[in-house]
Amino acid sequence: MEIIKIVGLCLVATVLIVIIKQQRPELAVQLSIVVGAVIFTMMLGKINSVITLMQQLAQKSNINILYMGIILKIVGVAYIAEFGAQICRDAGEGAIASKIEFAAKVIVIVLAVPVIAAVFDSLLKLVP
Amino acid sequence: METELIFQLAGISIVITVIYTVLKQAGRDEFAFSTLLLGIVVVLAMVIPKIADLFETVRSVFRIY
Repeated sequence: MEIIKIVGLCLVATVLIVIIKQQRPELAVQLSIVVGAVIFTMMLGKINSVITLMQQLAQKSNINILYMGIILKIVGVAYIAEFGAQICRDAGEGAIASKIEFAAKVIVIVLAVPVIAAVFDSLLKLVP
Repeated sequence: METELIFQLAGISIVITVIYTVLKQAGRDEFAFSTLLLGIVVVLAMVIPKIADLFETVRSVFRIY
């Protein structure tokens, strides 16, 4: 049972972080970054198998592999941005966290440009 | 599972806090501050490879090149 391991680890880490935060908040932030990174890395292996399955399904149903790649890239960008923004917000830097989210939104829009163009193309084909 | 790093960092943090408090009580404020700075640098040097590792894994999983 992986979830029991993760919850146990998080509870122990939370207690340690609360102890350290009273004295040295700057070290507590780094500890919480490591906890987040460890749990993320543990889960990414499982996400990998789900993505492989999704790609196989996309190949079977003749979806253009380019769009699948774009979706995966956007999900990856969102994951990384969320991780960074939450760490910043936890440390009390809400402004920097908002900037990270803003940058992530811009990058996602840029990545989605081919899809938007394809949607407009098919729309223009429908409208004579 | 790299849980050792979490406990290692927690131990380092607690030790640094204790040393800082002792030096501060002894009136050696400048040594106390340098110890704190050294501790933060050491912990950061241990944390950054972990973050790089995470980003590399995210990149390979989501095929971001």
